[in-house]
Amino acid sequence: MLIDYEEIKSPRNAYGETLVELGAKNPNIVVLDADLSSSTQTCKFKNAYPNRFFNCGIAEQDMMTTASGLAYGGKTVFVSTFAMFATARCLDQIRNTICYSKLDVKIVATHGGITVGEDGASHQALEDISYMRSIPDMKVFVPADCEEVHQIINYAAVTKGPMYIRIPRTNLKSIFDPKTYKFNPSSGVKIKDGKDITIVTNGETLSEVMSASNKLQKIGIEAEILHYPVVKPFRYLALKQSAQKTKKVVVVENHSIIGGLGSAVCEALSQYQPTKVIRLGTNDTFGQSGEQRQLMEFYGLSDNKIYEKIIEFMDVK
Amino acid sequence: MKAFTNELRKDILKMVHNAKSGHPGGSLSCVDILAVLYKKILFVPTEWDKSPDFKKRDRFILSKGHSSPALYATLANLGFFDKSLLNGFRILGSKLQGHPSSRAKLPGIEVSTGSLGQGLSIGVGLALALRLDEIKSKVYVLMGDGEMQEGSVWEALMSASHHKLNNLVVIIDKNNLQIDGATNDIKSLEPLDEKLKAFGFEVKSIDGHNYEEIESALLEAKNSDKLCAIIANTIKGKGVSFMENNVSWHGKAPNDEQLKQALEELC
Repeated sequence: MLIDYEEIKSPRNAYGETLVELGAKNPNIVVLDADLSSSTQTCKFKNAYPNRFFNCGIAEQDMMTTASGLAYGGKTVFVSTFAMFATARCLDQIRNTICYSKLDVKIVATHGGITVGEDGASHQALEDISYMRSIPDMKVFVPADCEEVHQIINYAAVTKGPMYIRIPRTNLKSIFDPKTYKFNPSSGVKIKDGKDITIVTNGETLSEVMSASNKLQKIGIEAEILHYPVVKPFRYLALKQSAQKTKKVVVVENHSIIGGLGSAVCEALSQYQPTKVIRLGTNDTFGQSGEQRQLMEFYGLSDNKIYEKIIEFMDVK
Repeated sequence: MKAFTNELRKDILKMVHNAKSGHPGGSLSCVDILAVLYKKILFVPTEWDKSPDFKKRDRFILSKGHSSPALYATLANLGFFDKSLLNGFRILGSKLQGHPSSRAKLPGIEVSTGSLGQGLSIGVGLALALRLDEIKSKVYVLMGDGEMQEGSVWEALMSASHHKLNNLVVIIDKNNLQIDGATNDIKSLEPLDEKLKAFGFEVKSIDGHNYEEIESALLEAKNSDKLCAIIANTIKGKGVSFMENNVSWHGKAPNDEQLKQALEELC
């Protein structure tokens, strides 16, 4: 399932390329963007199928409801812009039009999380998963590498209904082997077995967690790593079994600790397997400008910081 | 037509009375437009999705979703569904939701609306989809004047113009009142016709209670290859003396006495 070589690729490119492949197979797919097509890489689709691409300009509310109209007209619609503007700006349109009518609209938002970097707080979506997760009939996905982006976009194209797929601005380390990894919408993914602690994560923090886990291994701590590319509907079985075994859970996400994966984990465990959980993410705060690595370090999401937090947590017995 | 619209008005009042809530004022201002639209202009099979011509139907979007009683009454009286369903308006489990819901799968209801300022963008998307599929039908969007205070409406007007959507017809039910009072006092839209023209529309202003004017404006828009908007000047609460131009009837149900009086006026 996992690759054994090092490779870093752009998830936005993976998205754009996947759209072009899908566009060739399915003439019913249309793509919308709001003046960010070169950033989101929907420009690849525009170049391949100009008739099926609509640039809505800097008007995200209009874009979401136009997408709804196209979906009412029978189209499968992919809508892209930055996560910040794809969610908060048009939350009403997403709730009352896209989700309420269960329309076939796939919101693929790039630039999710603190790693937007230098643009700072106004562009760092840290609450988007929380917003999207709370809307009925919305499904929420946070892929961890380009192969998973590719597979989830393919899944979205053939699965009816509203979806929110969040991809980061940054390039991602490849994790999954395209030959053997198969995205499963109905389960969390066990990346590594362990007995001492469960680390739950998704998105670009998966590679940080894997690196932190290697460091933990060196001092004798066996971490079990669970990757949850599907935040909603949240399939808790793998989590429950793991928590039963390790009795300690850490959630790591490039998002606020309120309302995201950490909340989904706590909601499930409090009901099915009460366990002590710590949530690592941005701690109810806005972001700020900085380089991507600096920000990961500052907000406690780098492999080193995750390692330190887990050591601290393990000492509390 | 007068007998038909009287019947619709009576149904609207009975529905709102029965539900003890709803929006009579805006329903009565737009019901003449709906009657003409559905009787004379739209091609929409009453068998709805069971019709072989379903795909070729014209699309109607009630952007001012709170006027749902007018739409439900029109559809019921034309046979889209059994008229007895009107008794369920706003009642738990009914397909006749307070605001139109496509989720409820009521024949005749194209889209869900209710949160204002979204119907026109939906119309733009539908018009684009029809154009892509080379279906010659048209999309008709009925908006309220108050909802034009929503910024997203102007985004949609820009989109319609940019895409030269000559398969989209915008109708504005301009009754000049909104919940808190006169639109001109709250946030004026004037000069509305000039604004729409500046956004690239052919604009026609009509008396929204005159059947001939409504029909001729809609026919012109239907046959036009330009982007068309119709400003229908209307009276909120039209047809019931004590409701006319009275903002307090925006979202209030008549009591038994008031219903009786209103129904008598419509005989």
